[in-house]
Amino acid sequence: MSSFSVTEPSNRSKWIAGFLVIGYAMITMIPLVWILLTGFKSPADAISYPPKVVFDPTLEGYVNLFTTRTRQTQEFLEANPPQNWADEIVRQYDMVIVGPSKFGERFMNSVIIGFGSTFLSIFLGTLAAYAFSRFKVPLKDDLLFFILSTRMMPPVAVAIPIFLMFRNLGLSDTHLGMILLYTGVNISLAVWLLKGFIDEIPREYEEAALIDGYTRFQAFYKVVLPQAATGIASTAIFCLIFAWNEYAFAVLLTSANAQTAPPFIPTIIGIGGLDWPAVAAGATIFLIPVMIFTILMRKHLLRGITFGAVRK
Amino acid sequence: MAQIVVKNVKKMFGDFTAVRESSFTIEDGEFFMLLGPSGCGKTTTLRMIAGLELPTSGEIYLDGEEISQRPPSERDIAFVFQMFALYPHMNVRKNISYPLISQGMPRAAVKAKVEEVAGILGINDILDSPVGGLSGGDRQRVALGRAIVREPKAFMMDEPLGALDAEFREHMAEELRALHDRMGATTVYVTHDQLEAMQMGDKIVVMNNAVIEQFGTPQEIYDKPATMFVADFIGSPSMNFLPFEGKVEPGSEMVRLNGHDEAVPRLMEGAEGDLVFGVRPEHVFLSDGSEYRARVLAAEYLGTTQIVTLQSPNGELKARIDAREVVSPGETVGLEFRSPAVTLFERSTGRALRSALNDEVLSNG
Repeated sequence: MSSFSVTEPSNRSKWIAGFLVIGYAMITMIPLVWILLTGFKSPADAISYPPKVVFDPTLEGYVNLFTTRTRQTQEFLEANPPQNWADEIVRQYDMVIVGPSKFGERFMNSVIIGFGSTFLSIFLGTLAAYAFSRFKVPLKDDLLFFILSTRMMPPVAVAIPIFLMFRNLGLSDTHLGMILLYTGVNISLAVWLLKGFIDEIPREYEEAALIDGYTRFQAFYKVVLPQAATGIASTAIFCLIFAWNEYAFAVLLTSANAQTAPPFIPTIIGIGGLDWPAVAAGATIFLIPVMIFTILMRKHLLRGITFGAVRK
Repeated sequence: MAQIVVKNVKKMFGDFTAVRESSFTIEDGEFFMLLGPSGCGKTTTLRMIAGLELPTSGEIYLDGEEISQRPPSERDIAFVFQMFALYPHMNVRKNISYPLISQGMPRAAVKAKVEEVAGILGINDILDSPVGGLSGGDRQRVALGRAIVREPKAFMMDEPLGALDAEFREHMAEELRALHDRMGATTVYVTHDQLEAMQMGDKIVVMNNAVIEQFGTPQEIYDKPATMFVADFIGSPSMNFLPFEGKVEPGSEMVRLNGHDEAVPRLMEGAEGDLVFGVRPEHVFLSDGSEYRARVLAAEYLGTTQIVTLQSPNGELKARIDAREVVSPGETVGLEFRSPAVTLFERSTGRALRSALNDEVLSNG
C-alpha cells in the first residue's frame, strides 16, 4: 500500500477534524457571546470580577441605548407614575425617559451608506470587470494595475486631503459623500474579484445569445449576470463588511447629519457614565444586518468556494 | 434559405493575419465544409460569416445583401458551438425557446414550435430537465434544436462533433447530414477531420496558414489537388510525393523519373528544376514487368486491401493493393502508376502544374 494513496479519510480523523473545527469556532465565538450577554446585564454585573456567567437578565442596556433620560426630583417622580416597562427600568435610577436617542437615526445612516456604497461598488465594478474581461481596452493592464494600486496604502493615509476635498465640495457629513468615499475604496476590490469571476464564464454563452438575436447588453444581463451571481454575492459581502465597519473616516467626516453607528456607539460611554450594557446592546444590534446578509448569500458563497471544480 | 458569397475577406488581429483575402461561394442548400489544421483561419472565417468577428476588409453577401459589418442579431444565422454553449441557468425548453423569445413570438406559438423541433430531434422527454446533467449527444441535440428552431437563413457549425466520443460521433454525423437533407438549409461546417469533411460535405474549402488552398467538391479535391498541402492533408494514407529534378514542356505527356519515362496527363504549362511526382496509393500497382523497381519495407493488412510501404529510388511511398496479393518485406518489385491520375507539383511553391487532369478545376479558383 502506497503511503501517498488518496483514500477516504478514516472515521477517527473525521472526528478529530470535527473537534478541531468546533473548538476553533467556539474560541472565535467567545467575544460575540460576551457582547451578547453583556447587553443583557445590569451595569454592576457588567463590570463585576470575576465575570458573571449566570446573572439576572435585564433590558436596561437596550432601553438606555434607544432613549434619552434625565434625572428628576422625588416630587416629580411621585406625581408622574411610570407609563410603561421601559419607564420602570429607568425609575430605579430616579430618571425619566424624555425621548428617543440618536441610535436609531445613526443605525439608519449605516444602513443607507453601507448598502448604498455596496450597491454602487457592485454596479460599477461589474460593468468595469465585464469590459476588462471581454473588450480590447487600451492600456488594459496599466489601468487594472492603477485600480489595484489605490489599495496599496491604508485609506486613512489620505484622510487629511480627503477631509479638505470633502469640505470644499460640500460633501462633509452627507450620505452621498460617505457613499462615494466607501465606493472609491471598495471599487478596486470589486473590479478585481469580479473580473476573475467573469473571466471564468465562457464567452460562447454570450456569443450564443448574440446569435440568438440579443444585443450585447441583453446578453450581458440575461446570460452573464446570472452566471456571475456567485461572484457578485461574495464580492458584495466583502464590500458591505468594509463599509459597515469603517470607523476612521466616519469619525473624521461625519457628525450631526450622516454619522454612522460605529462612531456613535462609543459616545454612549460619555452620556451617563460607563454604560457598558448599552454599548454591548448597540454592538449586538449593529452585527445583525451583516449577519443576515451573509446568511442570505450563504448559498452563493458555498458555490463560490467550489467555483471551477465542476466541468462546464 | 440562402446563398452566401464571401468576397476578398481578410481578418487581422493586430499584426497577426488570421485570414488572408479569401473568396468563395456557398450555394443555397449546400452542406459546406471549411477544412484545415488548427490555427488555419477556418473558425475565424466561420465567425465572420456569423458576425461574431468583423472582417478587416472585404464583403460577405447573404442572399445578395451585404452583411459583413452587421451585428449577429441582424443576420438571421444560427451557430452551433463546439462546446455547445447551452445556457447553464436554463432548462432544455428555455434554451430552445430563447431565440424565439428574442423575436417577440407569442408564448403559445413558442411552445408549439419548441415541441415540434424537439420531436424532430427526439428530445421531447428531456424538455424540462436542466442542461447540466445531459449526455454529450443530448447536449448536441439541444444545441441543434436552439439553432433550427427559428428557421434561420443559414447554419454555422464549429466542429460540432469535436466534443463527442468517437463511437457516438459517427452516429451524430449521420443524424446531422439527415437533418440537413430534410431541411435543405445552407450549412457551413468547420472541421479539422478530413474524413468527416469528405463524408458529409457537398463542397469543401481547404485552408492552411490563413489562405484558401482549394475550393471544390470532395471528389475534385481528392482527385485533383491544387497544392501539395491539399494532396497531403486529404486522404489516408495521403498522396505519395516522389521528388525529382527535371524539365517539362507544355503539351508533354511524359516525365523522366530516375531514368524511367513515366506517362502523365498532358501538361498545359512547363516547369524546370525541383519537381514532385504525386500519386495516390490506390494508383500505384505492383508489376513484375516494370523497370521502375522498389523494395518492400512493410505490408499492413486492412481486410479488403493492404497498404504496402516501399522504398523507391525517389523515396518512400505507399501502395494500396488487393489484400490477396502476396508481398513479403525485403523483396524487390516493379511499380506502375495509373498515369491519368498523376499530378505534378512545383516543389518550391507546392503548386500543382496544370494538366489535362486538373485544368478545369484549377481555372475556377
